[in-house]
Amino acid sequence: MNNILNQIGIENYIFLSVILFSIGVFGVLYRRNAIIVFMSIEIMLNAVNLLFVAFSTYHQDAEGQVFVFFSMAVAAAEVAVGLAILVSIFRNLGSITIDNLKNLKG
Amino acid sequence: MNTNLALLLLLAPFLGFLINVFFGKSLGKTVSGIIGTLAVSVSFAVTLYFFSQISASKQAIQIQLFDWIQISNFKVDFGFLLDQLSVLWLLFVTGIGSLIHLYSIRYMHDDEKVHSFFAYLNLFVFFMITLVIGSNLLVMFIGWEGVGLCSYLLIGFWYKNQDFNDAAKKAFIMNRIGDLGLLVGIFIVGMLFNTLDFTALKTIFLTGGIEDKVTMISVAAFALFIGACGKSAQIPLYTWLPDAMAGPTPVSALIHAATMVTAGIFMITRMNFLFDITPDVQAIIAVVGAVTALFAATIGLVQNDIKKVLAYSTVSQLGLMFLALGLGAYEVAVFHVITHAFFKACLFLGSGSVIHALGGEQDMRNMGGLKKAMPITFVTMLIASLAISGVPLFSGFFSKDEILLVAFHHNIPLWVIGSVASIMTAFYMFRLMFLTFFKEFRGTVEQKHHLHESPSLITIPLIVLAIFATVGGLISLPGNSWLNEYLTPILPKLANAEHHLGNTEYMLMAIAVIGGIVGIGLAYAKYIKQNSVPSTDAAITGFSKVLYNKYYIDEIYDAIIVKPINVLSVFFRDKVETSLSALVFGFGKVTNEISYQGKKLQTGSIGLYLFAFVIGLCAIVSYLFLAQ
Repeated sequence: MNNILNQIGIENYIFLSVILFSIGVFGVLYRRNAIIVFMSIEIMLNAVNLLFVAFSTYHQDAEGQVFVFFSMAVAAAEVAVGLAILVSIFRNLGSITIDNLKNLKG
Repeated sequence: MNTNLALLLLLAPFLGFLINVFFGKSLGKTVSGIIGTLAVSVSFAVTLYFFSQISASKQAIQIQLFDWIQISNFKVDFGFLLDQLSVLWLLFVTGIGSLIHLYSIRYMHDDEKVHSFFAYLNLFVFFMITLVIGSNLLVMFIGWEGVGLCSYLLIGFWYKNQDFNDAAKKAFIMNRIGDLGLLVGIFIVGMLFNTLDFTALKTIFLTGGIEDKVTMISVAAFALFIGACGKSAQIPLYTWLPDAMAGPTPVSALIHAATMVTAGIFMITRMNFLFDITPDVQAIIAVVGAVTALFAATIGLVQNDIKKVLAYSTVSQLGLMFLALGLGAYEVAVFHVITHAFFKACLFLGSGSVIHALGGEQDMRNMGGLKKAMPITFVTMLIASLAISGVPLFSGFFSKDEILLVAFHHNIPLWVIGSVASIMTAFYMFRLMFLTFFKEFRGTVEQKHHLHESPSLITIPLIVLAIFATVGGLISLPGNSWLNEYLTPILPKLANAEHHLGNTEYMLMAIAVIGGIVGIGLAYAKYIKQNSVPSTDAAITGFSKVLYNKYYIDEIYDAIIVKPINVLSVFFRDKVETSLSALVFGFGKVTNEISYQGKKLQTGSIGLYLFAFVIGLCAIVSYLFLAQ
C-alpha cells in the first residue's frame, strides 16, 4: 500500500479530492434537479472519504479508515431518507426542481 | 368558660351573617329577620352575664386566643379584653342593636333584599364587637375597618340610586382618611413601646419614665385623634355623616347615631392614659369638639329633611362628647354616649316610623299634624326630644349638664360655645317636632288617606328606647354616680375626684335649663304661634341660604380637593401615561420593524441558501488560513 502511495504521492490524492469536492459544490449550486443535487452531495462526501483514507495510509493509522466506514454507513442511511423525501415531494408537486420548493419563504 | 362565652358573644352575629348570606333568600323575609335579631340577642344575653360578673368582681377578663404576629421582640396577640369600659359599650351596642334588628323586621319587610340587609347588620355587629373587645390596638383596628365596610354597604343598600352610591363612597373615602391617621398612630405607639396591648401600654404609662418620648407620643395622640375624627364625624371630616342618611333608617339609628360613630370616643377613652400626658392634643380635641358642636347645630337649624336634622344633631352631640374628652372628663363623655345612644336611636327610629307612614316622604314641609294619627310615635319622639334638649329629669339633662359643667370649670369660652349649641339643639329639635306632628297635614290627599300608626314591631322598640331615654340619666346622678364608681378601674383619677354640688353648679344648671326652654320657646313662637313653614328651596335667602347649603363646605371641599385631584388625574392620564406607553410601545415597534425587514431574507429559494452557505464556508476557511 505504501508503495502505491509513494509512487503516486500524497499531493495528488489531495488534488483529486479537492477537485471532486469542488465538482460537488458546483453541482449543488448550479443544477436544479434535486437528484443531481443529491448526487453532487454524495460526490463531496466521497471526496472527503478519499482524503480520510489517503491520510490514514500516509500516517500508518487505521483510525481514518474506521471513520470512513462510519461515514459510508451514515451516508447510505441518509440517501435512503433523502430519496424517500424526494419521492414524496414528486408525488405532491409533480416535479423535483428545487426552485419550486419555496414553502419556507418568510 | 369565659373564652367560650366570649367566642359565643363574638361569633353569634357572625353566624347570623353566614346564615343570612347563604340561606337568607330561601328562608324568607321574616325568618331571615328573626335569625338576625336572635343572633344579636344571644350576644346581648352573654353581655349581660359578663356585666354581672364584672360588676361583682371588678376584675377585667383577659382572653388570649393565639399569638398573631411575632417579629423579634415585637409581639401581637389575638385576644380580648373584657373590662368595665368594653362591657359597658357592649351593653348598648348589642342591646340597642337587638331592638333595631327587631324594628327592621317590619320596617324592611317590603324590601326585596331583606336577607342581605340583615346579613350586613349582623356583620356590622360582629365587627363592632371586635372593635370593642379587642385587647390591643390591632384587633381593634380590624373591627374599626370592618364597621367602616359595613357602613359603606348599608349606606349604599339601595344601590340603584346613584346618589346613594356616591354617599356610600364618600363615607368610605372620608373614613379612609381618618383610618390612615389611626394607622400612623398605631405604628408610632408600636415603634415607641414595642407593644400594642392596652393593658401593657397602661402599665408602661403608669410606671413612668417616658418623659423623653413625649413629643412622639403627642404626634401619636394627634394621629389617633385624626382617626377618631373620621369615624366620629368631627370637623374637618364630618361631611360624610349627613350624606350617610341615604341608607335605610334603622342603619342611621344603629350605625350613624348609636354605635359606630361613638367608636372614636371609645378609642380615646381606651387610650386615656396616652391623651392625659399630651395636653396640647387635648386642647385641640376640646376646641375641635366645641366648634363642631356649634357648627353642626347651626346647619341643623334650617334643614328640612327630617333625617338630615337628626344627622347634624348627631354631629353636634358627638362634638360635645369630644369637648368632654378634650377636657379629660372621659366618664362624662361616656355618660353622654350612653344617653345619646338611647334618645338618638329613639329619634331615628321614630323618624323612620313617620317616613314609613308617609310612604317614603322625608321633607318636613310636607308633614304636619301627625300627632293624632301616630300617638305612640309622637309621644316617644317627644320624650327623646325633651331628653336631647336637656329638659330636667330626662337623661340628656344630666349628661349634657355635666359636659357644660366641666367646660365651665376649664374654659369659659368653650362653655359658652357648648351652651349656645345646646340652645340651638333645643330649637331645631322642637322645630322638627312642631313641623312634623302639630298643625295641619301638608302632604298630598293620598298620603293623608294612608296615615296610620306603625305596627307594634316598630312601636315596641320605640317605647323601650323612650323609657331608657327618660331614666338613662339615673346611672350618673350628680353627687351619687354609679357610672363613675363603675369606671374607676379604667379611669384611675376618678377615685379621688370630688364631685360636689355648690352654688356655681346649681346656677349653671339653671342657665342650661333656661337655655333649653328658651330654645323650645323660640321654636314654639315661630312654628306654632306664627304658623310659619320653611320656605321652598328657591325662596331661601341671606344667611339662611348659607346655612341651608351647609356653609357650602361640600362645594369648598369639591373645589379645593376633589377638582385639583381630578385635574391631576387627567394630566397623568393624558400626558404621563401616554408618554410612558409610547415608550413601551416604541420598543415593540422597533423590534417589529427589524424582524419585518429580516424576514425578507427568508426567500425560500434553496439555491440561494446553498450559495450563501458555500460563500460563508469559504469565508470561514479563508479567515482560518489568513489568521494563521
